[in-house]
Amino acid sequence: MRFLLVEDNTQLAAAVLDRLAQDGHVVDHAADLETAADYIATTDYDLILLDIMLPDGDGRDFLNAQRARGATTPVIVLTARSEVSDRVGALDMGADDYISKPFDFAELEARCRAVLRRRSGTATNRIRFGNAAFDALAGTLTVDGRAISLRNRELRLLEVFFGAPGQIIPKPKLVDRLFSYDEDVSENAIEVYVGRLRRHLEGSEVSIVTVRGLGYRLEVP
Amino acid sequence: MRLAFGTRPSIRRRLTLQLLTSAAILAVVLFLIVSSFARQIGAESQDRILSASVASILDAVSVASGEVTVDIPYSAFTMLDNANDDRVFYRILQDGAVLTGYDDLPETTPGFATLPYRNETLRVVTATRRLSVDGAPIEIAVTVGQTRDAQAETLQRISRMAVYLGLGFFAASAVLAVLAGQVTAGSLRRLAGSVSRRGPQDLRPVEAEMPSEMQPLVRSLNSLIARLSTALNRTEDFIAEAAHRVRTPLATVRAHAENTLRRVDKEENRHSLREMIRAIDESSRAAGQLLDHAMVALRADHLELEPVDLNALTGELVDRLRPVAELKDMDIRFDEGQTGAIMGDAILIQNAVRNLLDNAIKYAPSETQIKVSTDIDGAVVRLTIRDEGIGFPQADATPLTGRFARGENASGVVGSGLGLTIADEVARAHGGHLEMHNNCGGPGACVTLSFPLR
Repeated sequence: MRFLLVEDNTQLAAAVLDRLAQDGHVVDHAADLETAADYIATTDYDLILLDIMLPDGDGRDFLNAQRARGATTPVIVLTARSEVSDRVGALDMGADDYISKPFDFAELEARCRAVLRRRSGTATNRIRFGNAAFDALAGTLTVDGRAISLRNRELRLLEVFFGAPGQIIPKPKLVDRLFSYDEDVSENAIEVYVGRLRRHLEGSEVSIVTVRGLGYRLEVP
Repeated sequence: MRLAFGTRPSIRRRLTLQLLTSAAILAVVLFLIVSSFARQIGAESQDRILSASVASILDAVSVASGEVTVDIPYSAFTMLDNANDDRVFYRILQDGAVLTGYDDLPETTPGFATLPYRNETLRVVTATRRLSVDGAPIEIAVTVGQTRDAQAETLQRISRMAVYLGLGFFAASAVLAVLAGQVTAGSLRRLAGSVSRRGPQDLRPVEAEMPSEMQPLVRSLNSLIARLSTALNRTEDFIAEAAHRVRTPLATVRAHAENTLRRVDKEENRHSLREMIRAIDESSRAAGQLLDHAMVALRADHLELEPVDLNALTGELVDRLRPVAELKDMDIRFDEGQTGAIMGDAILIQNAVRNLLDNAIKYAPSETQIKVSTDIDGAVVRLTIRDEGIGFPQADATPLTGRFARGENASGVVGSGLGLTIADEVARAHGGHLEMHNNCGGPGACVTLSFPLR
């Protein structure tokens, strides 16, 4: 996926860039609207993350102008302002969604996924290992031609495994990926979800194996 | 000046009363001038005729062979004739002795006099003439008097006319005074009307046509409106700016903490980072809700009512929050019922519903369902949110609408204690209310937001 992040706070931008890059996305960063316009003119993006208060203008006006010009790239607005007054305008201006700062990366991912799924329709983002194919965007797993629908946590867990085949993934990291920080969950909670994934993957050529004391690993053919 | 009628002095009444008083004074003065002028004219013309009569009698006095003879000319009395048959009296004296005429006429000196005579008032003129009879000088004095009935009647007629004139003048002035009062009060009423007809958010300057005397008032009013508008805008800007200033750095810290958490392996470091993120969430939520609460209070103070489609608004929020609920494998179901149009501030209602949905997502466990439904109960439109969570700690959850109040069983979840306060305040600002129960048709909390049907 190719993202454009329009955000004037460089430290925040750096953190978002770091995270998106970790997840394997390609991200360009524009610190103001002028730079953003230059990027948009030369590159096709899958998604634009747009801050509202920028040094050279209001992100919503920029969005409005982009939409008026016929640009259809999905946009998620990042807002740091009061929810009451500010959220209203963004969707009217043509944003696909908005998220308020500070945000949980899991929520940002969920919103990106929802927007992309809504906007791209049939476009797929498929990873295939043997007879198991996983579409993170659509949230579907296909095993031997059989489509299995996944719940959100199963989907995110599978995304972690399919994103790092053959690597050992420690339980605590999986906990962080699946649960929000205000939930007190034990690492054993992960076992429930791994168990479900294993059931879904029955009959496929991939399997999730337990590496005692270390975590789990996705074995692929 | 305190007026007898009305509890407060009214400009219209005061002006009308002042104009009426001056009109009355002018009418009386007019009457007095006209009647005194008439009296004067009447008296002067009688005096002139009396003088002419006396002169013609004196002319007719002659001395023939040592005898004084007076052949009173006919015209001397006919000239005094009038419609009222005013009676005429005369007397001719020769050196003080009555020669002819009414000898009981009072003594007079030459000139005009007004005397009582035979129960009447008489206007008399006396004139003298010196003659020589056989070389001896004698003095002839002629007095002619006339009653004043005709003059009195004329005077009465003119006075009556003067009264009518005065009354007419007063009536015309009164009409004009009332009109003037209304015109003056009218421009004030127009100004008041153009201000009071406005919606609560309308802070444009007053631009109605006003008389120049009222321009200072309009100018001060406009300057007050401008200051109020600036203050309100500044407050809203401040709230937006404050949120921006607080949230952006928190977002930065949170994002870096999350990234770091992915990289570190040591459990105690991970624990610290998780605690950090929780603290950030707590403070950003508190800051956000405090600012939201301030904004809600500001907007609720001058509520701008417009028709709100509760189903559309709720549907949109449910769609928005579904990705967040899905992170916990939760499902939000929205059963749209019939809702009539409610009048309200869509932004405030949205905020209230959002807070309630946020609560349901936060407090209910994973893999449960949140049921949202709308319906009409009598004259009330209701929005009900049921979850399958821990519910409220006590049967009466009303204290939880207090600021910063949190349920005893909520300690494990990040919250500011303002969500229910905001929802409750929004409901009450719209004439509705917020109800909280446990176990209405299932486990968990059940929150109902009601608004009066338009």
